[in-house]
Amino acid sequence: MTEARKFRIATASLAGCFGCHMSFLDIDEKLLDLLQLVDFDRTPLTDIKTIGLRGPCDIGLIEGGVCNAENVHVLREFRAHCKILVAMGACAVNGGLPAQRNHLDLRDILSEVYHTEAGLAHGGIPNDPELPLPLNEVHPIHEVVKVDYFLPGCPPPADAIWKFLTDLIAGRTPRLGHGLLRYD
Amino acid sequence: MNEQTFNLDGQEIPFAAGQSVMQAALAAGVFVPHLCYHPEFRPHGSCKLCTMKINGRPATSCTTPAAAGMEVESDTPEILDTRRILLQMLLVEGNHFCPSCEKSGHCKLQALGYELGVMSPHFNHFYPDRPVDASHPDVLLDFNRCILCELCIRASAEVDGKNVFALSGRGIKKHLIVNAESGKLGDTDFALTDKAAQVCPVGVILPKHKGFAVPIGQRRFDAEPISAHVEEFKPIAAAAPRAGDKP
Amino acid sequence: MLTDILDRHRRDGTRLMQILREAQEALGWLSPATITAIASGIGWPRAKVEGTASFYSFFHTRPMGEYRVLWSDNITDRMLGNLDLMQAMCQKLWLEPGRVSEDGLVSVDTTSCTGMCDQGPAVLVNYRAIPRMTRERVELMVELIRARKPLADWPADWFVIEDNIRRADILLGNRMAPGEALGAALAAGADAMLAEIRTSQLRGRGGAGFATGLKWEACRQARGTAHYVICNADEGEPGTFKDRVLLTRQPDLVFEGMTIAAHIIGARRGYVYLRGEYRYLLESLESVLAARRAAGLLGADILGKGFDFDIEIHLGAGAYVCGEESALIESLEGKRGVPRNRPPYPVTHGFLNQPTVVNNVETFAAAALIAARGGDWYRSFGTPRSAGTKILSVSGDCARPGVYEYPFGVSVRQVLADCGAHDSQAVQISGPSGICIGPDEFDRRIAFEDIPTAGAFMIFDIRRDIFDVVRNFIHFFAHESCGFCTPCRVGTTLLKNLMDKIAAGHGTRYDIDEIYQLNRVLRTAAHCGLGHTAANPLVHTLEKFRPAYERRLKSMEFEPAFDLDAALSEARQMTGRDDAGAHLATDTENAR
Repeated sequence: MTEARKFRIATASLAGCFGCHMSFLDIDEKLLDLLQLVDFDRTPLTDIKTIGLRGPCDIGLIEGGVCNAENVHVLREFRAHCKILVAMGACAVNGGLPAQRNHLDLRDILSEVYHTEAGLAHGGIPNDPELPLPLNEVHPIHEVVKVDYFLPGCPPPADAIWKFLTDLIAGRTPRLGHGLLRYD
Repeated sequence: MNEQTFNLDGQEIPFAAGQSVMQAALAAGVFVPHLCYHPEFRPHGSCKLCTMKINGRPATSCTTPAAAGMEVESDTPEILDTRRILLQMLLVEGNHFCPSCEKSGHCKLQALGYELGVMSPHFNHFYPDRPVDASHPDVLLDFNRCILCELCIRASAEVDGKNVFALSGRGIKKHLIVNAESGKLGDTDFALTDKAAQVCPVGVILPKHKGFAVPIGQRRFDAEPISAHVEEFKPIAAAAPRAGDKP
Repeated sequence: MLTDILDRHRRDGTRLMQILREAQEALGWLSPATITAIASGIGWPRAKVEGTASFYSFFHTRPMGEYRVLWSDNITDRMLGNLDLMQAMCQKLWLEPGRVSEDGLVSVDTTSCTGMCDQGPAVLVNYRAIPRMTRERVELMVELIRARKPLADWPADWFVIEDNIRRADILLGNRMAPGEALGAALAAGADAMLAEIRTSQLRGRGGAGFATGLKWEACRQARGTAHYVICNADEGEPGTFKDRVLLTRQPDLVFEGMTIAAHIIGARRGYVYLRGEYRYLLESLESVLAARRAAGLLGADILGKGFDFDIEIHLGAGAYVCGEESALIESLEGKRGVPRNRPPYPVTHGFLNQPTVVNNVETFAAAALIAARGGDWYRSFGTPRSAGTKILSVSGDCARPGVYEYPFGVSVRQVLADCGAHDSQAVQISGPSGICIGPDEFDRRIAFEDIPTAGAFMIFDIRRDIFDVVRNFIHFFAHESCGFCTPCRVGTTLLKNLMDKIAAGHGTRYDIDEIYQLNRVLRTAAHCGLGHTAANPLVHTLEKFRPAYERRLKSMEFEPAFDLDAALSEARQMTGRDDAGAHLATDTENAR
């Protein structure tokens, strides 16, 4: 039997709060077990900033929804380089907290913040090309790219992340079951 | 006396005259997913989550009278898939953001999502604009979560005798309204003690002045899935379907 | 004024539809105060009255202008250029569709098929039908509106609705005098007459084809405090207009059929539920009823036989779903037109929960014929399993659109030849909820045993894009879903969004799979026929006209749900940016 190749995992947070990444770290000592099974590619955990430099990734975990142009670029890069793309957490799955702005017109929001409120940007809406433009609405990632698996939760419990990843790595369809599958 | 039975997924289910397939199943301890059904009210048949295959044809089990010898399928991959899709439709139709909802952990929509393993909303979100109504001193109405089961409408009309709630609009624009020219709950005679304040399966009708009172871990569906609560949904005698029932 | 209306309707809540219509005709719209006043007048909760008013497209709870112009938006109107004409009208009025002009004068919008497919493009102006719109008529109409000319002073020829009877048979061709059939029926007696109807093997003409004799017998046997006869004249299936012609040319025959039904089942009251689009027929139908009363054919002691029966006409208000018999009954009771849970069926628990016969206009007319000529005579027409004749509403790409009555069993090819259709690539039979067939099926026959139909027969020649046809139908279903059940309420909108995505060039095979998935859920779980059949046009044409879809699909497996670059439009507008970073390539191939 040949030795199993390690899985490459990449992670990113788009329009999220990094809470899902914190929950990931909450698997605590199992991180050491996980490192026996996987290598990390681009992820804030390793500070590797470019995905796929050392070949394709097996699993991409995306936290957060899509709220601006840069999110779209990052998400597309992940989709292009990951065999399995996972929406991790409420925001990636359904837009979550950032999507609570969706019933408002973006123009009204920008106006309110930069024109009406005192002290910000001297009354002008920032137009530096370095800044990504916000989308009219925040979208869950499955509305922008094809997503293979969903791991809901705000954040998903550490045990759910562990169960999910170990299932995937072992070649099982991830099954969370009562207590681990949650939307809050 | 020989009791009459029908066959549900290989199990013989006894039923009383006038009981629906769903009532008989629940009475026998078999959980049936539902949102618009409530044991104290007549069947409604709108959420369609209780859809089963009855004698080979799909039908709403809450409105189909039980009959001896029926062959009923409920726990099949095809039917479970249909129910999952119905839940996903409800999830994208409204704004269901569980982390900020006081009903989280007590919500039947959420609990059924867990029960049926709904991992994502699948469809594209509608993100409707549904302003909340905070005009009532004791009750907040958050229409974002309304799934149009009409339980509050029925409770207010049939139990409270107040007719506080009704439906307006048609199709995807259908929405809950209250019985006031201003459209505000504060201008109705609604009270926190009304039956209508107790029946919402999701988080639309919420008491003010207290929130998140039950710690996570101790909420209604934290310890056990909704299917383990089947006792709570068993029919009470008076609620058998009656001729002429209509939505 | 409101008091008069309420009093005239005896402050009876079951007459709410008529109260709302008359109040709106008098006051222009249904203001919150008007709704409150009506609610207190009939003793209903205010919210319930608002619930009814808001359900129907033709009631408005906000002002829609002194002139409300609604363009019929069936695919046949589209093929005749309705959208260009509507746009021209909007431009001349400085108006966006759906919006009211700032001076409150006028609004312009689309509405579901108004039943003028043989003489489109058609409009309703303040719910009065005007067919055969042209650019010249648009220009003059805009002037008349600007000059605030009352409709009564508009050119009278605009309001002429052609019957376009191209082929008449035993029904449309009959020359019976009013009372002839009824006299025969009353002379024979209820038992014998029912036997005659059963002998005729008449089946319902609304599409479902239930045996009329069985229905009437079941209703007759059902116990109740009163029995009712209802004529379903809510001809809403896009592409259908034969009931309009029957009610224009043979109203006596229809009323006579209703009266015979009443005699058989023991009813004293009958209702015609006339679709709001046919509001213009109301006065003429009322006068026919009056003449029948004067002639002793209606009212007390009909033909001196001690039989009392009267008919009242109720107007609908723009809701296709009310063509479903239990939704129609709900509407007739003043409620939202939501189909009931069944069983029980209307024959035992119908109007006001009493035994009720609901039949199509054409069924009642045929029943009257049978009363006069006998069941065996009637059965001698048609095929062994489809007795009698069927009236087809023929529209679309043909030289002679109009109404064609054939004995059952006529082939599609024959109809196409008779109406002068050439190069036909598809025929949609029985409307969007029916079936779509291509040339290799043109030898199929109009009959219950082959292609059953409520009458619509829409023809598309090879110039037409079948995808556009289907997209129009799917939009129709999404607009007309009553919203009662989850699968139809949400599913029809999801289908509509998918069709729009494909139309915009962003569709993939993944989206086609989604359509099949939604079809399965609608078929399995929807509450009524509207939901069950809402994906029919998609499924039929994906099978028979798949290239119409495929040529619009991207080769990729997946495309975003929305236009990514357009989603940056508001931010671009607010920042004034237009650099490369302010845009997103929508297809992923270019994004790398």
